[in-house]
Amino acid sequence: MLPLIAFFILSAVAIVSAILVITRRNAVHSIIALIVTLFAVGGIYLLLHAEFLFAVQVILYVGGIMVLFLFVVMLVNLDVTLTQAQFNRQWQVAVVTAGLLCGLLAYAFYNGGRGFGLPQPPLGPEPQHNTQAIGMALYQNYMLPVEIASLLLLVAMVGAVLMAKRKLE
Amino acid sequence: MTPVPTDYYVFLGSALFIIGVVGVLTRRNVLVILMSIELILNAVNINLVAFSQYFRAVDGQVFAIFVITDAAAEAAVGLGLIIALFRNKETVNADEIDLLKW
Repeated sequence: MLPLIAFFILSAVAIVSAILVITRRNAVHSIIALIVTLFAVGGIYLLLHAEFLFAVQVILYVGGIMVLFLFVVMLVNLDVTLTQAQFNRQWQVAVVTAGLLCGLLAYAFYNGGRGFGLPQPPLGPEPQHNTQAIGMALYQNYMLPVEIASLLLLVAMVGAVLMAKRKLE
Repeated sequence: MTPVPTDYYVFLGSALFIIGVVGVLTRRNVLVILMSIELILNAVNINLVAFSQYFRAVDGQVFAIFVITDAAAEAAVGLGLIIALFRNKETVNADEIDLLKW
């Protein structure tokens, strides 16, 4: 019973603050709401026994990416945007599209039934030592993807520095 | 200790996904559009981790780590683009960035 209550509280927090992210006029408020959402999603990871991913979520997402967002919001002048229209002109089309997506997902849920007809999960105890298991998977089965991800990060780092530079020589 | 059914996690993931899509499609501020993309990526991560736990395999969590890596790279490049854009055009509104529109 306790995991279910925790799940409902966490998902309510996540959804409400996600709605706040896309409705607040001030981008700083959006960032703070997004941080709350990310913490709630981290709590969901804890419920799912993904402790390593929770740590990654808090350190990398909240501590890294969100601080980067906050820096850029501070760099970019926001006083003008506070008085401008918040939503663009094609918002009606956007709402219709989102409604269609909503209907599609509802149809999938309705047809899927309970459990989406998935095969039975392998019985047995929950795997222990989550961090160790992820480390083993990352450095054995997923060795090449890890290398590609490191190359991607290098490219992103060079690209970000180049984009934000004042003048190209 | 009854575990939470996987359906609930998938439902939460789709709710966050739809909120993110609405944000991307309706907002004018480029920064908020980038934040909505982060919401979408988080929705995907919830699904990955939920099914990873359902099948008692760790692969879904490894994929979630790769998604977070991609999110970091995307945020860095996207924010660099926004800074360059703001320096040249003095705006962060997506519908005023129309240099390629004729």
